[in-house]
Amino acid sequence: MNKILSKNEFWLFCILLILSCIVGGINDAFWSGTNLFSLFKSSVVMGIFALGVLIVILSGGIDISFPAFAVFSFYITVKYLLYIKFTGSILIPFAMAMAIGVALGLMNAFIISTFKLNPLIVTLGTGSAVTGFLRAFVGTGTLSNLPQPLIDFSRWNIYTETLADGSVIGFSGSFLILAALIVIMALILRNTTMGRGVYALGCDSVAAMRAGFPVRGIYYFIYGLVGALAGIAGIVHCSLIRLANPRDLEGTELEVIAAVVLGGASLTGGRGTVLGTVLGVFLIVLIKGSLILVGIPSDWQKVAIGLVLISATSITAYRAMRAGM
Amino acid sequence: MLSPLGLILIKDEDAMSSEIVKAEDIEKSFGGIKVLDRVSMAVSAGEICCLAGENGCGKSTLIKVISGVYPHDGGRIELNGREYQRLGPIDSIREGIQVIYQDFSLFPNLTVAENLALNDQVESGRSLVSWGRVRRIARESLAMIGIDMDIDKTVGELPVSSKQLVAIARAVYCNARLIIMDEPTTTLTQKEIESLFSLIRGLREKGISTLFVSHKIREMLDITEKITIMRNGRVVVSGYTRDFDEIKITQAMTGREISGDRFRWSGNTGEPPLLRTEKLGRSGAFQGIDLTLRRGEIVGVTGLLGSGRTELALALFGKGPSDEGRIFRNDREIVIKSIQDAIANGIAYVPEDRLTEGLFLEQSIERNLFANIYRKFINSVGLLDFRKVRAAASEKARQYGVTAPDISLPVRSLSGGNQQRVVLARWMSTGADVLILNGPTVGVDVGSKFEIHKKLREITESGVGILIFSDDIQELIMNCNRIMIIHKGSFTNEFRSDTLRESDLIDCLNASR
Repeated sequence: MNKILSKNEFWLFCILLILSCIVGGINDAFWSGTNLFSLFKSSVVMGIFALGVLIVILSGGIDISFPAFAVFSFYITVKYLLYIKFTGSILIPFAMAMAIGVALGLMNAFIISTFKLNPLIVTLGTGSAVTGFLRAFVGTGTLSNLPQPLIDFSRWNIYTETLADGSVIGFSGSFLILAALIVIMALILRNTTMGRGVYALGCDSVAAMRAGFPVRGIYYFIYGLVGALAGIAGIVHCSLIRLANPRDLEGTELEVIAAVVLGGASLTGGRGTVLGTVLGVFLIVLIKGSLILVGIPSDWQKVAIGLVLISATSITAYRAMRAGM
Repeated sequence: MLSPLGLILIKDEDAMSSEIVKAEDIEKSFGGIKVLDRVSMAVSAGEICCLAGENGCGKSTLIKVISGVYPHDGGRIELNGREYQRLGPIDSIREGIQVIYQDFSLFPNLTVAENLALNDQVESGRSLVSWGRVRRIARESLAMIGIDMDIDKTVGELPVSSKQLVAIARAVYCNARLIIMDEPTTTLTQKEIESLFSLIRGLREKGISTLFVSHKIREMLDITEKITIMRNGRVVVSGYTRDFDEIKITQAMTGREISGDRFRWSGNTGEPPLLRTEKLGRSGAFQGIDLTLRRGEIVGVTGLLGSGRTELALALFGKGPSDEGRIFRNDREIVIKSIQDAIANGIAYVPEDRLTEGLFLEQSIERNLFANIYRKFINSVGLLDFRKVRAAASEKARQYGVTAPDISLPVRSLSGGNQQRVVLARWMSTGADVLILNGPTVGVDVGSKFEIHKKLREITESGVGILIFSDDIQELIMNCNRIMIIHKGSFTNEFRSDTLRESDLIDCLNASR
């Protein structure tokens, strides 16, 4: 019992539950299918990003280039598919965007591991360069007529319900992608040598090297994986909003990092869980999506997220300090 | 992604040499500087050996060459009779060489079980983790060294001595034939050192050799059979430990006769003393302290742990100040209630833990030297005159024998002895004439210790009085003209050191126990 009480995830879950009850108590529209389905839908892109950020943070690094990579991969993919008038399987755009994301991620890994640079600076640089390159050479126009497979994907629901007024709402199938990625990531981190290597690296890179871990290889794995996830998230994002806008997603990196930290990951590396991260994402999405329901103006969302982030991390830090004594 | 296998030149399975490591004429340079110059050493199965030498003598580099972290530039390395031209870390581990570094290379965020099983996991090339196997390995490896502990605890929660046990168990489980331990006793208590040594002797029974890398001579005499001493990148002497004694080893390590002269004071007792206390006390710490320090004197204060020794040292510097009695400087009464008071009255203090209390580790040598007296370098516009600072810092560093390639380097990059000199130089530059040193040579190697003592004696020639608070009996006898014994917060004895024998002082300390 004590073990459960000392877990960050348990408290996050409680906060999530309490917050839901408060919002639902004030405005019962919160519990409507429309709202809940839309909350889940909006957690997909952020959740995929967060899984990537989690693994980087676990390794003791940080990545703020992933939104730029996501935009780069989906925009080029969509533009190319429109050019060849693509109508094939949805897997192709995903594979393309992933490949682009991986290539960009490996570039991060190469720079970070070769020149031993601070990942914050490197990803700040590559993110900015990639964004600029995209706008200068590929285009700045919004593509609103997506290829048919992407439109089909956005309409894919695993469950639909017809409301009294005759409108149809559905639980987006894209959530399955997030769910699958959550399971895969949890397995990678818990049950593979590579995953344990990420924890080891984040704790002490010299010791990880001494233990025989191929440290450079782990860097390539991590940043490549982040790139792949960024590619997936990019395609999901543009397909869900049915728009490929090269100016999208800018600034989401901070929100995602906030969610991961809220989920209990330590910015110094080596500590954090997939479950915590997922709960952190849900919490941020809940705050963002529900404050409007209780009549709090949307400008206050940012304030609320900031306050939650600071109070949650200070509670964790305070508990750690107490335990240390 | 594992490092490439070293090229095996001699593949003679039958020639099972009992030598686990045989290094011959190893050479290694960094940026043109020769760090290892034709170094040879060997460790055979079931031996407990010691590689001794001062900081920077090349012993760590040699270990890194043997463990495959650094490639060697010249010479031969044989592990278990196989010669390696390019030795990688994995090769060395496969040959049963396990290094336990000072920081143990454990992962505090992971459990004991995972820490124990991790090396095997990586080495066996498995890509999936079986947690049942992890726990089994953990239990087995602890059983191999006969230790019982909770394998589900995270290593970060363990005390240092348990962390060391985890590191040893991990090494033994990885089929270690030779365990190399880098300064294993630094952070252990005497009792923990004894149990470590009995564990090491137990391992020898199983045919596992141990190589200690250390500069703690006394402990090494106790446990090792063979000793190799390095200096300036060369092996100066190597042989059976029974043929050595402390003095011989010290000479070999430092390359000089450590001066046997005791410090003599030839001042004038008629002058008013630099510092005098009358019935000084602080409730719960010390009481009735009458202490006199004259110009050019070095007075030692010693006592067992908890005797009030450190509290007295700190009180004189205004930290946890005295609450009764009086303090005089040159017969004029002064009040010391804060560190600022002490500094204003020309009292300087060099703390025991210079690393955390005395230095800004990440800052440059230059900045550390002048941290207390920047005001002196402010020019007419109220800004710091950096040219002046730089010049003065270089001069100070030279004067105090701080050897550093560049004074703009962080203090962290210096050896322990050099760091101590920076602290000393800084405090002397405040113009203080009473210097309080608390454990001045803790964690400093023999050569630097000698240099520091020499410097202290030099300082007294300008009339500075020094108080040394230390539990290093020999240090006190050699360098103080008077020694005070403190017990339960009071001075119980005073010795004049010119006729004092070490044993008398030790007896006196033990009697008060």
